Amino acid sequence: MIFFWAFVVGGLISAVGQLMMDVGRLTPGHTTVTLVVAGAVLGGLGWYEPLIRFAGAGASVPITSFGYALTTGALEELKRHGWIGVITGMFEITSAGISAAIIFSFLAALVFRPKG
Amino acid sequence: MARLPEAKAYQALARSKETTRPVAANVARAFLVGGLISVVGQAFMWLYETVFGFTEQTASNPTVATLVFLSVLLTGLGVYDKIGEWAGAGSIVPVTGFANTMASSALDARSEGLVYGVGANMFKVAGPVIVFGTVAAFVVALVRAVVEALV
Amino acid sequence: MRRGRTWLFPNRPGILASAAVGGPKEGEGPLAGDFDLIFDDVYAGMQTFEQAERKLLESAAEIALKKAGLGKDDVDLFLAGDLLSQGVTASFAARTMGMPFIGLNGACSTSMEGLALAALAVDAGRVRRALTGTASHNLAAERTYRYPTEYGAQKPPTAQWTVTGAGAGIVALDPAPVVITAATVGRVVDLGLKDPLNMGAAMAPAAYDTIVTHLEDMTRSPGDYDLIVTGDLGRIGRELLLELLEQAGLRFDPEKIVDAGLMIYREDQGVFSGASGAASSAAVFYGHLMKHLVAGTIFRLLIVATGALMSPVTYQQGESVPTIAHAVAVERGR
Repeated sequence: MIFFWAFVVGGLISAVGQLMMDVGRLTPGHTTVTLVVAGAVLGGLGWYEPLIRFAGAGASVPITSFGYALTTGALEELKRHGWIGVITGMFEITSAGISAAIIFSFLAALVFRPKG
Repeated sequence: MARLPEAKAYQALARSKETTRPVAANVARAFLVGGLISVVGQAFMWLYETVFGFTEQTASNPTVATLVFLSVLLTGLGVYDKIGEWAGAGSIVPVTGFANTMASSALDARSEGLVYGVGANMFKVAGPVIVFGTVAAFVVALVRAVVEALV
Repeated sequence: MRRGRTWLFPNRPGILASAAVGGPKEGEGPLAGDFDLIFDDVYAGMQTFEQAERKLLESAAEIALKKAGLGKDDVDLFLAGDLLSQGVTASFAARTMGMPFIGLNGACSTSMEGLALAALAVDAGRVRRALTGTASHNLAAERTYRYPTEYGAQKPPTAQWTVTGAGAGIVALDPAPVVITAATVGRVVDLGLKDPLNMGAAMAPAAYDTIVTHLEDMTRSPGDYDLIVTGDLGRIGRELLLELLEQAGLRFDPEKIVDAGLMIYREDQGVFSGASGAASSAAVFYGHLMKHLVAGTIFRLLIVATGALMSPVTYQQGESVPTIAHAVAVERGR
């Protein structure tokens, strides 16, 4: 069942992105930025976590979860270490995605050349 | 001398000739591909939980790293941009799209050297997402903390 | 000599020889047979897309020289331009060619900017033989103006596909199969359009302005030309141009006003609204249309190269797109 909801929710978030580009005439950059900010706000309101529990990867794979994870990281560290935690905890959860993207992209640039 | 049309009138004329975007088809394709990438993510979650003993919380880290790896590989092989042309937001919104912005920037800048080329350009397209995500998370976390302190 | 804003060339400078080269996608299009050389690799055997663009321009120039039976020393002036910053393709090609050189900066209108200036210089007797040309490369342009080449962004149907190719011609007073009779230099037109993914619509008024000015100056009607060919308006831009000409009360056969951007590729090649780029008008004119002029299937032709003069910075800063169009009238020589 989780696979079904992952498909539906992941698809829906992407569909919203498509509408933002086609109807709202936003660039891909503006679209992803808006989705990330939306994820951060939903995370702050405590609404994104239930969505992840409900749809699994359907909510954690779209870029909205990046905003959610940044907020959650900041809030969790805030609870543990006080105010400085907002800064130190920010990338706690998202580290995997960003580090992997930097390392793999660097290696890719060494191995491949653009094909066009 | 030729008399040019009035700017406002011409802009309206130009808008009327614009090819309409196939919005319904685009949205359907974005839904399909965005959904499929999420299902692939879910499959890796399951794999890491059942085979490698990760918990529900910790399984998302290797899952994201795997998706990022696959996206970078497809970018290097020259496939991801072809998928994107068909899928639109379906391959931009998932985390694989984020990885594609970084890998494509890195690949393109390789000819300008490793430091000022790859190093300086890797975040050229991905940067806004990190900047706005971080600033938004900072503001949201502060607001939430203040509200919790007051309530 | 001039009439209104249009330059006339009483000494009848001619195009001695010309050449067009293209990339793999151009080689699959309907004009494949009109290219003198097709590279089946987007790198044209070089290391970077920028080097490939230079290779395209150098190849077109060298083939044109060879066809005319001339060496590099027989040419007094090289007039060229391109879409990359600082016009590096043209300057670097000029380094290879070793001729006196003036770089041009007319974006996609460079092809006719160069031909008009070459005719002017030769007609005035200051230059014996001039070589002019331009090139564009799809991936070098993508990288400069849009996104990284492997980035998976979706383009709207109003977008256009930058041609990978080049065209070059040699202008002299020697007897030639094709003569240049007149040129109308365009003024910069900007009706406030901002979308860089709909450039045909932005450029159509510039083409309209130059065509109408040319016809008025020459007291001619569209029917006096066997064909009027615009550079890279694409489907949307061409429709808008026809609409503007109709509104101005001109009588014309729509089949005789065509766009080079709609000739290079087949519709199923995924080029959206059509081709664009400096090589769009250059490759179609110096390749396809020159063959028709030489063969006598076209007698008199007006070619109107259109250009969008914005940069990524002006676009980000919210500026509209200034555009230009230069027209050159050519005829079959006697």
